[in-house]
Amino acid sequence: MTDTASKDVTELDHVVIRFAGDSGDGMQLTGDRFTSASALFGNDLSTLPDFPAEIRAPAGTLAGVSAFQVNISDHDILTPGDFPTVLVAMNPAALRANLVDVPRGGTVIVNSDSFEERNLNKAGYATNPLVDGTLDGFDVYEVPMTSLTVEATKELGVKPRDAERSKNCFALGIVSWMYTRPLEATTAWIETKFAKSPLVMQSNLAAFRAGYNFGETAELFASSYEIKPTMFDPGDYTNVSGNTALAWGLIAASQLARLPLFLGSYPITPASDILHELSKHKNFGVRTMQAEDEIAGISAAIGAAFGGHLAITTTSGPGVDLKAEAMGLAVSLELPLIIVDIQRGGPSTGLPTKTEQSDLMLAMYGRHGESPMPIVAAKTPSHCFDAAIEAARLALKYRTPVLLLSDGYIANGSEPWRLPDVADLPDIAVDFATEPNHTSDKGEAEFWPYLRDTETLARPWAVPGTPGLEHRIGGLEKEDGTGNVNYDGVNHERMTRLRAAKVAGIVKDIPGVEVDDDGARDLLVVGWGSTYGSIGAAVRRVRARGMKASHAHVMHLFPFPSDLGEVLRRYKRVLVPEMNMGQLSRLLRAEFLVDAQSLTKIQGAPFKASEIEAAMLALLDNPSPEVS
Amino acid sequence: MTTVDVPITSRKDWMSDQEVRWCPGCGDYSILSAVQLMMPDLGVRRENTVFVSGIGCAARFPYYMNTYGMHGIHGRAAAIATGLAVARPDLDVWVISGDGDALSIGGNHLIHALRRNINLTILMFNNQIYGLTKGQYSPTSEVGKVTKSTPFGSVDTPFNPISLALGAEATFVARTHDMDRNHMIETFKRAHDHKGASFVEVYQNCNVFNDGAFAAVTAKENRSDNLIPLQHGEPIRFGANNDKGVAPDAQGHFQVVNVADVGEDALVVHDESRDSAAHAFALSRLARGPHEPTPVGVFRAVERDHYGALVGDQILDAQAKRGSGDLAALLRSGASWTVE
Repeated sequence: MTDTASKDVTELDHVVIRFAGDSGDGMQLTGDRFTSASALFGNDLSTLPDFPAEIRAPAGTLAGVSAFQVNISDHDILTPGDFPTVLVAMNPAALRANLVDVPRGGTVIVNSDSFEERNLNKAGYATNPLVDGTLDGFDVYEVPMTSLTVEATKELGVKPRDAERSKNCFALGIVSWMYTRPLEATTAWIETKFAKSPLVMQSNLAAFRAGYNFGETAELFASSYEIKPTMFDPGDYTNVSGNTALAWGLIAASQLARLPLFLGSYPITPASDILHELSKHKNFGVRTMQAEDEIAGISAAIGAAFGGHLAITTTSGPGVDLKAEAMGLAVSLELPLIIVDIQRGGPSTGLPTKTEQSDLMLAMYGRHGESPMPIVAAKTPSHCFDAAIEAARLALKYRTPVLLLSDGYIANGSEPWRLPDVADLPDIAVDFATEPNHTSDKGEAEFWPYLRDTETLARPWAVPGTPGLEHRIGGLEKEDGTGNVNYDGVNHERMTRLRAAKVAGIVKDIPGVEVDDDGARDLLVVGWGSTYGSIGAAVRRVRARGMKASHAHVMHLFPFPSDLGEVLRRYKRVLVPEMNMGQLSRLLRAEFLVDAQSLTKIQGAPFKASEIEAAMLALLDNPSPEVS
Repeated sequence: MTTVDVPITSRKDWMSDQEVRWCPGCGDYSILSAVQLMMPDLGVRRENTVFVSGIGCAARFPYYMNTYGMHGIHGRAAAIATGLAVARPDLDVWVISGDGDALSIGGNHLIHALRRNINLTILMFNNQIYGLTKGQYSPTSEVGKVTKSTPFGSVDTPFNPISLALGAEATFVARTHDMDRNHMIETFKRAHDHKGASFVEVYQNCNVFNDGAFAAVTAKENRSDNLIPLQHGEPIRFGANNDKGVAPDAQGHFQVVNVADVGEDALVVHDESRDSAAHAFALSRLARGPHEPTPVGVFRAVERDHYGALVGDQILDAQAKRGSGDLAALLRSGASWTVE
């Protein structure tokens, strides 16, 4: 079926395709399958799912439009693409909501069956865009996908209403033909996924094949396109989303620490997939508890940490708000704990399904009292794996809660990931205390739960079940060393400074800031978290113009890497793009007294590379200030 | 958790070196003393015993026990203890809480720990007042309670803790009081030996902010009139001459009766093991507050698999079916491919 000799095959270096339809149309699935087939074919890729907060908004309305954008390429890429050059629109609302992003000359494939009056009205079209000139200048393909799907599945005895539900597979078939995707992977997937409902499976297979054959035989498409595989480094690869990589990173950390994993979590978008993924892997000794609320999730994790488990709680911003008091308790108890925040648009319920990086200040300061907490941020979907292991390493070694930040963009987005060799992963195991660590005035052996390691300032971790080390800890201030309740002001200041020094001392244990430096000193773009791809792509574009710019990306946000100030001061200009109102730029200004220029975007969507590129060019065009 | 080689201990072995700092005369002292006296009889090891608390006067309890312990944050003791008990089913985990901690700020965690049947022994010291914050009304204070925060009297209906626990699917529910050490020890032992969540309401006198709240029931001179001892398998009787009892009325509601009026055969025979919680619930509604005949003892004790054991079974099952986890295989469990 891959014989396309009857039509031309044009080679492309990349294509950005957006699948858009009603939230009931299965667009996320369609995009995901196209992505998987492309990953297996060997393309580099990056995805951007974008769906409404409602599970089923009224059908056919703008509010109900769900979209999935994927950039597939024959070379290494960093983003899902600024603009789709191909839009698949399953109904008028999907066209209306997404056409604005497609440049003139782009390809628009529509399900023409759905462009009838009722749907046009729901989408707010006074006239039919297929005939009124709206699509002038676009390369438009009108395909009656619904009726062709019904026709293709008729022989199976599927009712027309049920048959219509396979139209997304028809669309997937057309696009698979257009971009010469091998059929086997998708066929096998449909067979497995719907194995329990043979009729649905056959219906989807028939629709998929019909779509593919339609592309091949209809006189509509002049050419298909080929995007050659990317030249990847040798190794084993998989296509992974950030949330899956994060869950796997936590399991890896549990193995590397030789501690059982305990997750206390309450469902919340966009973090729930981590709970789902971890729940599958009980054979790794993973205990997941869907708690009664966010506070119970972290409280149970604290209990498990006291019991000697690798304890984790996963949530998004509103959940972090609720967990704040328990996070402070973990600071005071000095127990290892990982708090995962998959950031989303706020404040309050905000934009549950849309991305934002607006919890940095919350992570840094969102607790009462002096309660410093290390912060680690993941930068790409696959990097969530490494970031999870790093968060666990710091938590265990320093007996501290650690905040691990990701966001909706990389949590749901995916990319090909060269799998690490398990043997190369770091050993993060720590020892429990087993013996008394102090001798009393009477010469008796005692256990002091707050007698610290002189190097890391970490306190001993003595777990229940260890004879002779029975001790009590709590949220009241403790006497330095003994850990007994103590209200003395001088002791409180000493303990406050010790807790701060312990976390600050992590700076000696983390690498310098990652800088992609091209030698010039004109401009440094500084980012954290998921802006990595957009900034990297923008820097490439600026360099392609023959100009110079460097990119620093901060993974450890507290404490900052020791060389960050020095790196910032090397450049005449510093630009900080963030999906918030300028939180990192404010921290950099406060900490290092550098003139960090903020570039902000709070639209629930990642930066386009072109947006950062424009800001960079504006800075580079201005006469540079002298560096003092 | 009883094993043959558990070392013999005395009360002193279970006392920590910390000075006990409750107000002189507080009922908490007698509860602490009952627990410390009881521990040597439980056949458990100090290192395998953990006391977890939230915030409030009662919450200082773990500091005074020479075991592992955690003084947590307000209301969260049940949630913290849940995580510990699920992670470490080998431990004996006790929760010490109060009426404000367990029923107000921590009400959600209490009911979920009970319905999940987490293997915990929960002792809730009920003094019907906020002590640590110096005398505001609590979720068990009677209607009309005049306190600093309710100078005109409280207008909210109190919780009945026993009814609440039964409604939350608790498998072990009991009540005791701080004026009877032996009854406390007997009740705590039963609660400890129960597999799953045990809930014990302990009437506890706060002599500073709510003195005598339970005296109508617990004072020696009032017990014969107002304390109804529950004995499994026995007709429910009380009174100086055992002349009062509990019998159903025409609608089936339990009521206090004179045995002479109804005859012995009409009395309710206590059965803590009934699958339905209706019997225990009816007993919990007998008194509207600790000022009229009030049952103490075990209301309900039934067996149900506890959450930690079920979770442990799922892990063993998954390992038996799929082998213990292989990380390299996990990373390749999606569609993966090799680039040469």
